[in-house]
Formats: sequence, C-alpha cells, structure tokens
Amino acid sequence: MPQMNMIQALNSAMDIMLTRDPSVVLMGEDIGYFGGVFRTTEGLQRKHGEHRVLDTPIAEGGIIAAAIGMGVNGLRPVAEIQFADYIYPGFDQIVSELARLRFRTAGDFFAPVTIRTPCGGGIRGGQTHSQSPEGIFTHVCGVKVAMPSNPYDAKGMLIASIEDDDPVLFFEPKRLYNGPFDGDPNKPAVPWSTHPKGEVPDGYYTVPLGKADIVRPGNDLTIVTYGTMTFVAAAAAAAMGLDAEVIDLRSMVPLDVDTICTSVKKTGRCVVAHEATRFSGFGAELVALIQEECFWNLEAPIQRVAGWDTPYPHAFEWEYFPGQARVTTALKAVMESA
Amino acid sequence: MPLSKDQLRRAYRQMKTIREFEERLHLEIATGDIAGFTHLYCGQEAVAVGVCEHLANDDFIVSTHRGHGHCIAKGCDVVGMMKEIYGRRDGLCKGKGGSMHIADVNVGMLGANGIVGAGAPLAVGAGVAARMDGAGKVSIAFSGDGACNQGTTFEAMNMAVVLKLPVIFVYENNHYSEHTGADYAVGSKDMTKRAAGFGMLARKADGCDFFAVYDLMTEVLQHCRSGAGPASVELDTERFFGHFEGDPQRYRGPGELERLRETRDCLKNFRATAKARKLIDLAELDAIDAQVMQLIESAVTQARAAPVPQAADVFEDVYVTY
Ligand SMILES: Cc1ncc(C[n+]2csc(CCOP(=O)(O)OP(=O)(O)O)c2C)c(N)n1
Ligand SMILES: [Mg+2]
Repeated sequence: MPQMNMIQALNSAMDIMLTRDPSVVLMGEDIGYFGGVFRTTEGLQRKHGEHRVLDTPIAEGGIIAAAIGMGVNGLRPVAEIQFADYIYPGFDQIVSELARLRFRTAGDFFAPVTIRTPCGGGIRGGQTHSQSPEGIFTHVCGVKVAMPSNPYDAKGMLIASIEDDDPVLFFEPKRLYNGPFDGDPNKPAVPWSTHPKGEVPDGYYTVPLGKADIVRPGNDLTIVTYGTMTFVAAAAAAAMGLDAEVIDLRSMVPLDVDTICTSVKKTGRCVVAHEATRFSGFGAELVALIQEECFWNLEAPIQRVAGWDTPYPHAFEWEYFPGQARVTTALKAVMESA
Repeated sequence: MPLSKDQLRRAYRQMKTIREFEERLHLEIATGDIAGFTHLYCGQEAVAVGVCEHLANDDFIVSTHRGHGHCIAKGCDVVGMMKEIYGRRDGLCKGKGGSMHIADVNVGMLGANGIVGAGAPLAVGAGVAARMDGAGKVSIAFSGDGACNQGTTFEAMNMAVVLKLPVIFVYENNHYSEHTGADYAVGSKDMTKRAAGFGMLARKADGCDFFAVYDLMTEVLQHCRSGAGPASVELDTERFFGHFEGDPQRYRGPGELERLRETRDCLKNFRATAKARKLIDLAELDAIDAQVMQLIESAVTQARAAPVPQAADVFEDVYVTY
C-alpha cells in the first residue's frame, strides 16, 4: 500500500476527482501555478489545465461567492481558503446563500461546493493562522462540516465531500499534515509513514461523512474528539493507563449520534475534547446531546477540554493549546467522580 | 521646500533603522527562536519613511502583515517592537500580537494586521475620527498590490469618497502578492487608474526613491488636509526577501534579487541623490549607520533577555465569558 502524508492524500483525492468528473473545478489563492502554500494542489494545474484549477486574486468573499455560482450552474467547485482564519470575508455568502439555496428553492437549486481550509494551532501561527472556527459553521443549518485526522480519512472524506450535493466545509488540521501529533512540541516529529493511517490507496475510495471512527475501543470512559485532539487525548489516556474508548467524529455535521451514545452508555463516563474555544463551542452541543440521550447511564459529569476563551496568542502557545496536561485533568475528574 | 539637514538625517536614519531591523530579523528567525510568520519590509523603506516623515503623532496609519517598516516610520519604540516579535511580556503588545499585529495607539500606529484587506476600512473609520476637530489630521491605509483586490478595500475607497474623508490609500506595489504577480491579479494592470475610477485624486511615484515619495506626499497631503477628500498613491517598490521568512521564492526570475538589490535599493539611491545634489556629507550618513547598528544590536540583546509572559496573562485584555 502506498504511504502518503495528509497533503499527498488530499492532492490525490483532488487529482482523482478532476480526472473522473469534468465538472470539478479547483479555485483559490496561489493554488494553481504555485501549487498552494501547503503544496496541497501541487502539479494539478499543470496536469488538468488553467480552466480546471483557477488562481484567484485575494478575495475570500469573492472566491466563496463565485464557487456558489459555479455550483448552481452545474460545476462542482472545490474552493481553497488558504487558512481558516481568512474565511470570514466569505461568511455572509456561506450563511445567507450557500447554506440556504436548496431549502429556499425547494430543491430547484443546490450548490455542491466544497470549501477546503487548513485550521488549528500548534504551528506557532498566532491569532490569524491558528484558529479552529468549525463550531461556528455547525451552527449554520444547511452546510456539512467535516475534519479528518489522518491521510486515509482525508482522502476518502474529501472525495465524499466533492461528490456530495450539499455544501461541505472541509477543515484540515494543519498540524497533522505531515504526521500525527500528541501535543508535545518537544518530541521529534513523527511522519505519517510510521502510522497505519498513512497507508493510502492510490485509487478512488470514499469515507462517508457522518460516520465516526472508534480509534481505540475501551471500557473505562469515552473520549469524543476530532482533529488534532484525537491524538492528544488518546496519548493522555494511554499515559494514565486508562482503557479509554476514543471516538474521532470525523464530521460534526452530520453527527454520528449512535456511535457516541452507544459508547457512553457502555462506559458511563465521557470527556469531550477540541482545540476550539470552549464557550458555545461544538463541545457544548456534544455535552447537551449526550446528557439528553445518556443521562441515566452517566456515572460522572461530562468534562470538556478546549482552547481558552481568548484569541489565540502569539507567545505561550503551549500554555494556550489544550495539551495532554489539560486532558489529564479532565480524565482524572471524570474517573474520580463517584 | 527643500528638506533641512536635520530632516535628511532623520529620514535616512529611519530608513536605515528599518533596513537593519529587518536584516537582523532575517538572521534571528533562522535560529528558530522567534515564533510566527514574519514578513520583512526590507526594500520598501522609502515608502514608509517618505510617507510618515510628513505625519504628526496624531495622524493615523493602518498597516499590513508586512508592518515593521510602518511601525518604525511612525515612531514605535524599536526595542518594544523587537520584544513583541520575540513574544516577550514587556513587548509593545505584551507578546500577544507578535510580528503581524504590532500596534501603538500612542504614536498613531493603529496596527499591523494578519488579515489582508482588513486595514483600509479601519483607516476609513480613523479618517472620520481624524476629521472631527477640523485640525487637518489624516488617516493613512497602507496596502499591497494583493490587498488592493479585496472587496473590503474597494468598499473602503468608495466610502472614503462618499464621506469625503481625509484618507490616503497608499498602495505599495512590490509586484507580488505571496507568489502571484500583480500583473496577473490586478485585472486592469493599473491600480492608480482603478483608484481614480472611484473618484479620488490618484497619483503614483517611484517607491524606491525617498525624494520622489516625499515630494508626491507633500502635494497629496495638502489636498487631504485641506478637506478636499481622499487620495490614492501607488508606489512602485521591491521586497528584498521572500514573502515570509522561509519562502523559497521560486517565482522569481534568475538573478532578479541581485539585480533589485543592485539597482532598486532606496538607501543606495538616497546616498546617490544626496551626493549628486550635495545635500549632506556622506560621512554623516556613515555615522548614522554605526548608531543604527548599535541600536539594533541592543534591541536584540534586550529582547532575548526580557521576561516571557505568564500563562495567566492570556486572560488579561479580553472579556472572558465566565
Ligand atoms: C484575508 C486574507 N487572505 C489571505 C491571506 C494570506 N496572505 C498573506 S499576505 C498575502 C499577500 C499579500 O500581498 P500584498 O497585498 O501585495 O502584500 P505584500 O505581501 O506584497 O506586502 C496573502 C495572500 C491573509 N493573510 N488574509
Ligand atoms: Mg505585494
């Protein structure tokens, strides 16, 4: 089986879809001639041509709006927003147009748009290159929201997103592009080639949106997480010797409620973890849902691990980032409660 | 009016300070001790200084992701800036902003900005404030050839014209936005004509020639301070380093950087003009060079030794919801 890092896996997904489906068009800043600031679209313009892989001016509102117009008119655009932190100029277009088109035209119009965007911290990017805004978009009814945590899922989920007739916001945790990351910046980087999820088939396959992955089965407690925190949380539980069931959601909308609730009903204890800030974060939705569905099975209050409710700071990133120490505190709290 | 010797010395010192600040950062960043993405202003000094030498403390400027030059030119403390970039507790923004978000309201520097295109509309707001007391203050938005294509920038230009504000849009055309050429991304190929289409005074000059920038700004500022409305100024300039530190710059032609350093260096140009027009003794400029080197050395030494923030500091200066 070929080894790929997440960038190569995403590149392969787009290459395959450009080849299979003449309506697929990529667009974004510096994605064509240059191949993308993270190299995700490297070689695709050369291979598929300037009409399939478009270099746009700096205009996130315009990119997203044009993608919607393309989608309505028979194309399957894949728009790159270079960093998730730059997505806000397009927010109106996502909320007022993209998310609602199908509903308000009673299905006459739909826009099969995929918006790919690197997110998350851990790369010393400071406040405008580190954010995790996925939760904001889960509050917008009508768009799907996905975030893979490894190369295998990244490729399969991106193909599934492009093929999906509903719009998908596809968040790529950039700290994981080159390898898994357990939250300790002082350890040497681990490449994907050492990880089973770095084995990625060359050809077409999909990983469906809405199906969570049980990364590690266990009985002591359930950790519900996604993105970079999948590795951080699993490492913290392992270090404590806990038999944790670790669930990588992979997509927040649609949400795999079954997998979450089956697990929590089994373990009776739950920690929810994400990098995004805590207040009104997606974790709050998870906690509410779990208590609605699993209240009588819970042995302890559910704990949340999240980014602090402040902008992402330039200095002291590793104090801010919800690393293993913060996960450990939450794990202790749920395990020690009666 | 010709510049006095004092003015010449000051302008040269400011340009040289920016140059050495950036040249030194280029080396320091390579050590890995500085977090974040850093965009160096090296090569564009004549723009920031040619504009800001006209400004008073209570005129406003709004900057970009490539903001160190604007900060220095507007009077930000160089040591405080260096500490900020190093993420130190007594940096200009307590280490919270870093290179891309340096600001100092006390000198009218309303902030560098990591979001391309965010600055121009902020400058429009500052322009409304600048006009309130009728004293002829101005607000200046620095933007790049890439930022000039953002919708926010177009909205800002139109609003400034509609409200007849004392705002100057200074476009630093360094011919690249990241890895994309301005010839590609600016559809009309002419930012000045496009700005004129908004109904404002629109001019351009060689941004590698301090004197050209300074003279043009004399005229444009007169227009804006008199209440005649906004203006746009396009300055043709060059950046001597990559888009960010670490950029392999594959989009450059062979020998391009060497040629630019040779022929388009605003400090060399300043010296050449000073000599040709017998404006100032070059030995005086050499003495300034030596002083600037000392200042930068001391800024780095102080920044390295300065205390780092405490974890609890992150909760200050923000409304935390519980
Ligand atoms: C909203 C937004 N989109 C994209 C970026 C990424 N980005 C940072 S600088 C830059 C290019 C800016 O080019 P220009 O305005 O010419 O300024 P220069 O870098 O040449 O100084 C881009 C695309 C960003 N920071 N913010
Ligand atoms: Mg530029």
